[in-house]
Amino acid sequence: MSEILVGVDRSDHSRRAVEFAVAHALERTGSVAIVHVIPWSPFSFNTPTENEHRHAQKEAEIAAATEQVIDPLAGLVREAGVPLEVVVTHGDPVDTIIKIAEERHSDHIVLGRTGDSRVRQAIFGSTPGHLVQEAPVPVTVVP
Amino acid sequence: MNGVANVVVLGIDETVQKYFGPVSDWVVDKVFYAVNVNGAEVPLIVVWLVIAAIFFTFWLGFPQFNLKHSINLVRGRYSKPEDSGEVSHFQALATAVSGTVGLGNIAGVAVAISLGGPGATFWMIVAGFFGMAAKMAECTLGVMYRRTHADGSVSGGPMYYLRDGVRQVTGSAPLGKVLAAFFAVCCIGGALGGGNMFQANQATAQIVAVTGGDDSFFADLNWLVGLVFAIAVGAVIIGGIKSIAKVTEKLVPLMAAIYLAACLIVILGSLDEVPGAMGDIISGAFSAEGIAGGFVGVLIVGFQRAAFSNEAGIGSASIAHSAVKTEEPATEGFVALLEPLIDTIIICTMTALTIVITGAWDDPDAAELDGVDLTSRAFESVIPWFPNVLAVAVVLFAFSTMISWSYYGMKATGYLFGDSATAELVFKAIFCLFTVIGASMSLAPVIGFSDAAIFMMSIANVTGLYILAKTVRNEVKGHRSRVKTGEFARVK
Repeated sequence: MSEILVGVDRSDHSRRAVEFAVAHALERTGSVAIVHVIPWSPFSFNTPTENEHRHAQKEAEIAAATEQVIDPLAGLVREAGVPLEVVVTHGDPVDTIIKIAEERHSDHIVLGRTGDSRVRQAIFGSTPGHLVQEAPVPVTVVP
Repeated sequence: MNGVANVVVLGIDETVQKYFGPVSDWVVDKVFYAVNVNGAEVPLIVVWLVIAAIFFTFWLGFPQFNLKHSINLVRGRYSKPEDSGEVSHFQALATAVSGTVGLGNIAGVAVAISLGGPGATFWMIVAGFFGMAAKMAECTLGVMYRRTHADGSVSGGPMYYLRDGVRQVTGSAPLGKVLAAFFAVCCIGGALGGGNMFQANQATAQIVAVTGGDDSFFADLNWLVGLVFAIAVGAVIIGGIKSIAKVTEKLVPLMAAIYLAACLIVILGSLDEVPGAMGDIISGAFSAEGIAGGFVGVLIVGFQRAAFSNEAGIGSASIAHSAVKTEEPATEGFVALLEPLIDTIIICTMTALTIVITGAWDDPDAAELDGVDLTSRAFESVIPWFPNVLAVAVVLFAFSTMISWSYYGMKATGYLFGDSATAELVFKAIFCLFTVIGASMSLAPVIGFSDAAIFMMSIANVTGLYILAKTVRNEVKGHRSRVKTGEFARVK
């Protein structure tokens, strides 16, 4: 069974990305994996107090993301009767989505576009922009 | 400024000096009890630290020569995917380093060279090298005996390994408790002294120096500068204003990079003088003409400044390192040993070369300059505008060190008072008060008290390290064998 991996954030674009993935999964009797990556780097600089509470903070971030980002989107997939898996994790969004897609042998990555300005994209790039260039499988960016 | 205000202001500075000076002198006298060796005053506490560092270097099998493993750990080569979002080795190290790297690297080196000549640098490097092993021992133990609270937050450091580890090994609960309590009390003193007053003092001195010295608007208003510092520190540690802390944590690495770049400009700009400077450092280390106490005098100055700068054997960094996410406590030991390497062997040496190459230390009035001023003058001779940047760097380093040490002091207070929030709050308030006191005083009593309080922490900590020496060696040995067999393997 083919799997479509949808990388999501809090935006409306993510909702449309999930709807797009569900439609395709239904056509091909495939499944959907919703992935939310909480941006995090092991190479950031923290205060000692932040480090002390980091573990609790991590749990809280995952709980909040699951409730606010994943649950509403997961509802859409379940309503359509498409098999679903969800992943919430910390890391660099681009690298982590690629790694998860490889581990899960996903066939297709779907993302909502970020709608960044040209200047911002020229300087920082964007998650979909990088993924399109680096992903091992086809990437669809949904407006 | 009108005359009345001037008198009042001077009054505050002088009052602080008058009442705190004698207290400081008394503490210094006791902690730095010195014996006379060939005409040199040798403080026993410095000998105590150096012997411990040398002992652990041999005891742990020269871990200083296994830097590749340390660097791979910091790069996350061994970090499992499920550890993402937790405190990484890099983050624990960076937090500890930002507490250690500071004025010791800028002012401390200058003090060492002005007292002991270029040769003091050599002994700082030697002390830094051995200090790496002591740091490894205390940080491994910090992780081994840390406490995880119900909310998942962690408390670690000498208080816990002294209390629980010493009880485990000796079977005597009171001994561990006494050592832990003694450490915690000294840690509070160290936090208020070296971690606070010394930092506030030197940062204020820099602000006064770059705004015109004796003619500066701030010249007689040291207490006011101190008050501004106290408010900023209070906003972070009492007000919980994260943005200030965040900005500092981001700026400090940047300033460190700028500082090192400036050192390199000076060093590379007079590349032909580097061999001569190196020669001065090495020959000065063994033949100390005109230095008080001769050879031993130089050696002790170097060792003392190194210990104050990298805090190996003091136990402070163990508190910061113990927040790391790892199943193998020895991994954090291997990471922690990079701290004296970065702090003393790399940064202090760069400062020393800058001071020696420019000849700033040899100026006729060098002995009258306070710590940072000497370093500042060395840079100024090559990069005329750099003292202003240095002043910003000093202020930021001082501030981040104060934030780190306020945390150490707070954890020590928490340990003594059963994690009472009220006690911690009282400590934070006192900490801010001492910021103002430190800024108001002349350097001598401040640096004396700072050193004394910090070095006293090592009395309990090093005693505990010896008692737990077998424990820590077993942990390190076990880790090494698990790396060898592949049980603890790289994931990337």
